[in-house]
Amino acid sequence: MSAHDGRELRIIGFLCNWCSYGGADTAGVARLSQPTDLRIVRLPCTGRMDPLFMFKSLFTGADGVLVSGCHPRDCHYSEGNFYARRRLELAKRLLPLLGFDQRRFEYTWVSASEGQRWQTVVTKFTDQIHELGPAPKVGLSPETAARMAEAG
Amino acid sequence: MRLGVFICHCGSNIAGTVDVAQVAERAKSFPDVVYSTDTLYACSEPGQEGIVQAIQDYNLDGVVVASCTPRMHEPTFRRAVERGGLNRYKFEMANIREHVSWVSKDQEANTAKAADLVHMAVEKLRQDRALFPKTFDINKRVMVIGGGVAGIQAALDCAEGGLEVILVEKTTSIGGKMAKLDKTFPTVDCSSCILGPKMVDVSMHPNITLYAYSEVEEVGGYVGNFEVSVRKKATYVDWDKCTGCGLCMEKCPSKKSYDAFNEGIAPTTAINIPFPQAIPKRAAINPDYCRQFIKGKCGVCEKVCPTKAINYDMQDEVVSEKVGAIVVATGYDLFDHSKYTEYGGGRYKDVITSMQYERLLNASGPTSGHIKRPSDGKEPQNVVFVQCVGSRDKSVDRPYCSGFCCMYTAKQTILTKDHLPDSQSYVFYMDIRAPGKQYDEFTRRAMEEYGARYIRGRVSQIYPHGDSLIVRGVDTLMGTQVEVEADLVVLAVGAECSSGAGELAETLRISYDAYGFYMESHPKLKPVETNTAGIYLAGCCQGPKDIPSSVGQGSAAASKILALFSRDQLESDPQVAQVNQARCVGCGKCISTCPFGAIQEIQDRGGNPKAEVIETICQGCGLCSVTCPQKAIQLQHFTDNQILAEVNALCQPMMEESFES
Repeated sequence: MSAHDGRELRIIGFLCNWCSYGGADTAGVARLSQPTDLRIVRLPCTGRMDPLFMFKSLFTGADGVLVSGCHPRDCHYSEGNFYARRRLELAKRLLPLLGFDQRRFEYTWVSASEGQRWQTVVTKFTDQIHELGPAPKVGLSPETAARMAEAG
Repeated sequence: MRLGVFICHCGSNIAGTVDVAQVAERAKSFPDVVYSTDTLYACSEPGQEGIVQAIQDYNLDGVVVASCTPRMHEPTFRRAVERGGLNRYKFEMANIREHVSWVSKDQEANTAKAADLVHMAVEKLRQDRALFPKTFDINKRVMVIGGGVAGIQAALDCAEGGLEVILVEKTTSIGGKMAKLDKTFPTVDCSSCILGPKMVDVSMHPNITLYAYSEVEEVGGYVGNFEVSVRKKATYVDWDKCTGCGLCMEKCPSKKSYDAFNEGIAPTTAINIPFPQAIPKRAAINPDYCRQFIKGKCGVCEKVCPTKAINYDMQDEVVSEKVGAIVVATGYDLFDHSKYTEYGGGRYKDVITSMQYERLLNASGPTSGHIKRPSDGKEPQNVVFVQCVGSRDKSVDRPYCSGFCCMYTAKQTILTKDHLPDSQSYVFYMDIRAPGKQYDEFTRRAMEEYGARYIRGRVSQIYPHGDSLIVRGVDTLMGTQVEVEADLVVLAVGAECSSGAGELAETLRISYDAYGFYMESHPKLKPVETNTAGIYLAGCCQGPKDIPSSVGQGSAAASKILALFSRDQLESDPQVAQVNQARCVGCGKCISTCPFGAIQEIQDRGGNPKAEVIETICQGCGLCSVTCPQKAIQLQHFTDNQILAEVNALCQPMMEESFES
């Protein structure tokens, strides 16, 4: 059941395959009810999370972006999440310069056994995005948008 | 491009809360989709055949299956797609079960979400390229970490299968917890009589190299080609010369050392062999208690040693071993009962742990098998057992059941009666959990034949009264408070992960759960594998279990490795990074970033530096792709364009919509 009446917002979750994607699976297996707004993109590691993906998402219509990976020191690839943490923290600080509320982007750690934690993270983040409402459409005139839409 | 989409009902698992027919219908409008259908069970034989048939009938170039998590069935469908004549990487999966139908009951929202996920998969698939695995040689040697019963079994089975095995044990002897036990349930047979021969087999086996008193320090490489550094800790005794005669133990003047093998119930000497059946039977000095190390003078053992094996200047030694697979069998630790201050918390001498009691019962223990109270050495009359100490208790962060405490407590009541026929045992329990073969019968025997009195309820307090103890608890079946006067209290402590489990997991790059137990790849279908290829689990490091299960898992891990090594070459996963040489500027950022050292510098024909990926070493994390300022290095199957295609699938319609209105 959607936690929010009315329109869903567009939230993208970038999840590492080994921990958080597994955690989301664990939440599913345990039938832990969650809001439906978030759609998951599977990455091999949060270290693969290019800040570009987050910016691109927000620029092209996402209302919120969530990144989740293995807890620090528990990375399947040894240190991918450390790189992610450094890059994403910087990227987050850039958001206000680009006209976005920082709260539209969060990164967190959920291990494969933490189904309940995933449920909490999704619910909290979805609530947070609904509080903020739809994201402003920055930097795109209707003409540009139309051109981009045309280009696919 | 011609793509096919299959939406799985998964019985009612998905179809119950997602309108699968509607999703299939909507998929027809996604670009390049020429065929779309819903199917009852995509993973079943008819389901897979349907996919194979559709690939041929509709001349498909790629397939999307929307069903369960790819962590479950991606390999299944990749094989099916391959049977249909496509490359296995021309396949994408949308997870509409764990991430959609199981977490929400809103059919409309679920259907929309499922359609979105299918759309994302279709867009990703449009960017997918055929990938081909490379092959590499396997090093057919095995490392077993941990020399308890699970590790011993795994090592012996691998060695019997003709593999070379390196067994690494943290303490000075193999045997683990089982070697400390007196008897085992439910047969009440002598623990060291069944484990002893296995330990000897390890020491005698030509294929097994044993590193006792050693720890794994670093692990590099990948399945088939691991490189492991092992630290052989200094024992201050040259084990090549030591014959295990024990003369040094007799003469050592420092007789107050902590005896880890006897759980501290009696002191030992600073130089010692932990127990008579130890393998290897060699002495080691504990420098924390040795007078030579503390005061700088003594040297008794050096003088008496007939083989001149003592070497006070010995240093740790680090050896490197190349192996193809690793079994982790690092076991467990017992819960520290001092966290329960109301049980005496280590203050009362006659409140002891079950393992300490086991040492008192053991004929080779400090009391030669006579049950004597630690306080005054008297034989106890009333023995009270308290179960679930550090088990099934959220307040001490051990909400899980340790599984074997009910059984060993029943065993100990039986042994108590055997040793002291006039004694009376009381057991405070929450539930009796005895689900194994002959287990329930065994606990019943303890009650009916041996007269152990079982009281259902928890103990609230233990306090001294004269030279005995009062155990105050509740009898929930009678609905009353009870107080039992005890001469000896035995706390049935639960299991927790072994100390340093987290650090070892990080070294091995395997995951562990909230309590530090290592996680298997799949709780039902891959119980001994980890998510890191080539690393297997055995015994209690994965969760508390009894001896038969540990042995079974040790054998299972060994058979997995024998199956893995039955081939001479392995296929590498082609989802690795690849460098676009034309774009690469040779800055070397990717080389310094890669955690695996999988990127090397080469020179192109003009002598310019370029990066090149060593495909068999690359693990496919994609760190380099993000680091590269030129975007010249891309992780195959997760390229920027592939991930952005998914983002676009999700965002573009929203954008169009918002500007239309």
